[in-house]
Amino acid sequence: MALKTEQMILNMGPQHPATHGVLRLELELEGEIIQSVQPHIGYLHRCFEKHAEAMTYPQVIPYVDRMDYLASMYNEFGYVIGVEKLLGIQVPERVEYIRVIMGELQRIASHLVAIGTYGMDIGAFTPFLYCFRDREKILSLFEMTCGARLLYNYFWVGGLSHDLHPDFVRSAKEFVKYFRPNIKELNDLLTNNRIFIDRTANVGVLPLETAINYGITGPNLRGSGFKWDLRKDDPYSIYNKFDFDIPTGQGLVGTVGDCWDRYYVRIQEMEQSLRIIEQALDQLPDGDVTSAIPKRVKPPIGQVYSRVENPKGELGYFIISDGSVNPFRIKVRGPSFVHLGVMNEICKGHMVADVIAILGSIDIVLGEVDR
Amino acid sequence: MIYNFFYSITGSLLIADIIQSLLPLFIFILPFALFAVWLERKVSAHMQDRLGPMRVGSHGWLQTIADIMKLVQKEDIVATENDKPLFNIAPVLVFVGTYAAFAAIPFSSAYIGSNIDLGIFFIIAVSGFVVAGILMAGWSSNNKYSLLGAMRSAAQIISYEIPTILVIITIIMITGTLNLNTLSEMQTGHFWNWMILGGPQLGIVKFLLIPFMIIGFVIIYISTLAEVNRTPFDIPEAESELVSGYHTEYTGMKFAMFFLAEYANMFAVSAIVTVLFFGGYQSPIGYLGNLLHLKWLIPIEQLFWFTTKGIFFVFVQMWLRWTLPRLRVDQLMAACWKYLIPIAFVNLIIIGLITLL
Repeated sequence: MALKTEQMILNMGPQHPATHGVLRLELELEGEIIQSVQPHIGYLHRCFEKHAEAMTYPQVIPYVDRMDYLASMYNEFGYVIGVEKLLGIQVPERVEYIRVIMGELQRIASHLVAIGTYGMDIGAFTPFLYCFRDREKILSLFEMTCGARLLYNYFWVGGLSHDLHPDFVRSAKEFVKYFRPNIKELNDLLTNNRIFIDRTANVGVLPLETAINYGITGPNLRGSGFKWDLRKDDPYSIYNKFDFDIPTGQGLVGTVGDCWDRYYVRIQEMEQSLRIIEQALDQLPDGDVTSAIPKRVKPPIGQVYSRVENPKGELGYFIISDGSVNPFRIKVRGPSFVHLGVMNEICKGHMVADVIAILGSIDIVLGEVDR
Repeated sequence: MIYNFFYSITGSLLIADIIQSLLPLFIFILPFALFAVWLERKVSAHMQDRLGPMRVGSHGWLQTIADIMKLVQKEDIVATENDKPLFNIAPVLVFVGTYAAFAAIPFSSAYIGSNIDLGIFFIIAVSGFVVAGILMAGWSSNNKYSLLGAMRSAAQIISYEIPTILVIITIIMITGTLNLNTLSEMQTGHFWNWMILGGPQLGIVKFLLIPFMIIGFVIIYISTLAEVNRTPFDIPEAESELVSGYHTEYTGMKFAMFFLAEYANMFAVSAIVTVLFFGGYQSPIGYLGNLLHLKWLIPIEQLFWFTTKGIFFVFVQMWLRWTLPRLRVDQLMAACWKYLIPIAFVNLIIIGLITLL
């Protein structure tokens, strides 16, 4: 008589130390081998898009902050660019420079969280705290600029809420100088660690075709070896004025598109962001940051799709205006939401421990998945 | 020595036995576990650019005691779906396995819980209780995470016992004894008589042995890390995967039992490594008691040296924990069966040939 066997269903989350917020993964296990992964989302749904319809255009900005709360500056970036396009406003050059500086600082902060929590998922607790120590410095820079440390409401339609603090340029330059060696420290501690490589190389390989089919963008797409970055390929703001490289996954320790590649792309991007910040700080022009802010934001009837290279991938806003002060509809194309969809595809056949490694490597923020 | 002392006071074998067996618990294991938890928190904090506990007592040294007070007061939760008898007995069994191992560890020439000739064999045998306790905990918790953690833990501990034992056999071949007290006595003198440096014998054999003893030490240290579930082998309680593995469902004092057992176990394996390779309780540089002609001072010095060496290895365990990531469960098994065991076997054969010389 054959024994009756069945597969074990394991609900990972919503309360679980490794789900990066409130996510439930329904794992179907054969022993410890994954048969399928079904993400269940919605625990953090706050009706952002519906809310936005009842707000005036500037009032939407604080809501935008709360989507990807680790990259608030960049969420605002995409939104204000879209509204400005609708209004046909040209913002002063100083505003553009400050936006780029803030955006790149935000990218480093977001990547630091991604890398730190990734290390923690793999079991190395110490790099996490090193990353947060450095992120703290960036948050202090933001606090110095606009008073807030996480949700800024700093980019306004047509300008910025405040000009830079007089001390900002010096502090930011100090930070750049301070942070460069820390990337190397991180490499010594984590990137080139034998155990870390064993855990991440050849794990969760995301082939380029699958990535494109699923609409993967950002570091995850670049980790699969495709050089696609909106800052270069569809330049917005003043990114075409700066000299920087786009790192891609090379499969240095394993296959192109594995977890290690995605992780390493982020490490290299921090370096590139530092380069952009340095150049922007040196060229920073004078000017009034509030001069172009319109008294009343009431765009003409029309629609616009604006997209920016968020730390996590392509963040798009589709805004429809019916000519009133409230947007008729705002639809967000969030990278985390799209990236979560590929989980099932790349987790199959791996072990439970690998699910954690893969989930960490695609770096999602549930605030933006659920919105 | 201490046994005779209590026997002469009370005149009862039974009472002397009880005192003898409870002594390590009260004078050593409990204070050590309290100290080790505090040390772990401070070591990790300072490695991570933090301060760690600072409020309760100077530099937070009373923090663990406060934590234990809290754990004692907590409600003891047993879920309705738990298998109650197994659930209740599991932490006790884990603790007993660890505690019993202390019986055969020689703290100094004056104090060894039970000076049996099968010392090291006894320790390996009673450590097996821990596996049973962990499996019981995982099974009775009726929680999938606990079950996965317990299965991993059992597989891991049983696998890593093999390289440990293979290395222990090499020491037994050289010294010809299983008694840990005798083993420590043999390594008397200065540090060049320690087993890691070839042991007390002289001549070419000693120098031939040194590289293989170092290999043996590395193997046994890695294996003991796995046996006490420390990083990079803390897979049974891998926080980011299995919440906290087999003790996820435990609260209050039962959880504290697991916790205590873990830290006591850390010292137990360090003590074994110390006895096997680093002279046990022997001083590396000679005794002050010999110098001053105070015979009673020597056992106290020995106790000091033994705990110092033990705590040093415990510190290294902590150091590794806060530096390294964690292996995956299949990589862990591969490391054991594909690397450690073959190397340990080759090491065993070579040392066997050398001792024939």
